[in-house]
Amino acid sequence: MKLFDYARTSRASDAVDLVAGHPGGAFIGGGTELTNLMKDGVLAPDLVVDVGALELADIGLRRGRLLIGATARMGDVAEHPVVRERFPVIAEALLASASPQVRNRATIGGNLMQRTRCWYYRDVGSACNKREPGSGCPAIGGQNRWHAIHGGSDHCIAVHPSDLAVSLTALDATVLTLGPDGRRSIPIGDFYRLPGSTPDQETALRHGELITAVEIPESGLAAGSRYLKLRDRATFEFAVVSVAAALTQAGGVVTEVRLAFGGIATRPWRSAGAEEALRGHPLTQATIAAAGRALVDGAQPREHNAFKVELVQRALADILEDLGGSE
Amino acid sequence: MSDPDELSAGERSRRNVLKAGAVGAAVAASGGMAPLALAHPAAGAETALPSPASTAEVTLRVNGVRRNVTIESRVTLLDALRERLGVTGPKKGCDRGECGACTVLVEGRRIKSCMTLAVMEDGRDITTVEGLARGDELHPVQEAFIQRDAFQCGFCTSGQIMSAVACIEEGHAGSDAEIREWMSGNLCRCGCYPNIVEAVRDAAKGGKL
Repeated sequence: MKLFDYARTSRASDAVDLVAGHPGGAFIGGGTELTNLMKDGVLAPDLVVDVGALELADIGLRRGRLLIGATARMGDVAEHPVVRERFPVIAEALLASASPQVRNRATIGGNLMQRTRCWYYRDVGSACNKREPGSGCPAIGGQNRWHAIHGGSDHCIAVHPSDLAVSLTALDATVLTLGPDGRRSIPIGDFYRLPGSTPDQETALRHGELITAVEIPESGLAAGSRYLKLRDRATFEFAVVSVAAALTQAGGVVTEVRLAFGGIATRPWRSAGAEEALRGHPLTQATIAAAGRALVDGAQPREHNAFKVELVQRALADILEDLGGSE
Repeated sequence: MSDPDELSAGERSRRNVLKAGAVGAAVAASGGMAPLALAHPAAGAETALPSPASTAEVTLRVNGVRRNVTIESRVTLLDALRERLGVTGPKKGCDRGECGACTVLVEGRRIKSCMTLAVMEDGRDITTVEGLARGDELHPVQEAFIQRDAFQCGFCTSGQIMSAVACIEEGHAGSDAEIREWMSGNLCRCGCYPNIVEAVRDAAKGGKL
């Protein structure tokens, strides 16, 4: 690990000023991601600003919205009664993430900023356009079982790894930030960028901009939401495919539905097509199959990940059948 | 309890400054959810930014004993414990947070000590496997691991035991399935999982920890 300067502050504005003033500055929350990336030389900041002590760990409802402070720990959010009862998809996504030790320490802001698990990105001996722009993408013609079938480009097909981000995408969350130019509210749908020709630019954040909280509207949809994560082993693993789903029904017809997917795309993947196939229709095998087809419409499977096209449709069918039975 | 490793005067005053800063932030953002409402510091507030440094004096309270160490900021808690303080119960397996052999309790919560910097833990209580027994009397989880033969090579065992202590304390040892899920952050390459689950179940049933 390269030597770096370290500072801790209890004021968010200080943290922002410190990082914004150093081109090589980075925030550290729980440390469960940045320490690994620094050990492997994937990231090498020369200034690390510890935001773990900021007073940004509150979790609670305010005016019909759930606010989760950016330094709240994953484990605390997952076990919070309001989150469990009224936003179950968030609790389920968090509990399906990492291990208890990591959830005790990893922050919500850090979770949203975690980097892809693409093995070429994590191996500094490999080329990678995300880590070293212009060096190439070995995944496209190489080992790509874990990679994206949606949202990829000729420059990058790495999958976004956060389960939490998928659940927040389904619930139309907003990311609140503080930057050198003040505060911003960024809809989660605008937060993650498609790789295009600049896969190194992953989010809408500017240098020195700090996530302070996420905000999620309360709704009947959120209260009935679910998360399904399929992995190569039973637990403590990243998603091969995951689905965050929420729907309401009335008179035997789906009145509203939100579907977001993990493991299949370069960013948390909301499928308007799949939602459209269900909205206003009864939940039947035929409409569920139509939603699945809409979901994979335009998918670009690679040599080793074509199975995801089928698997994600089955995952969607599973979760919809579960949700449909609980009207 | 006596503190054989007393804080230096300089260390003490620095800690007080940090503490005062934290209180100031809490007061400025008091009331309900208000801490989420951020603002740049008000006029007249103390505005000097903290000074970043590549080396820091860090105080860790390890198994009840206060230990001071001057270390580079890049040193993980695991390396500080093992290489600088001679506390070798936490093991370095993968050094990437994947195996759990380095599990310790910080302020009573289990974490992986390879994934945090020692400087981030300044002032905190660290419990390692060395801190569980009372004299010659083993902790009930240690006793249960022996009774159930819950290890073979033993390299992962100190991490397993620390994780198990927390797992039971958290109330996540209600069934074998729950134990398996909540112990999943600790790998055992000898494959002693059935015995580990039995040991955790026994210790949880024993009640007092």
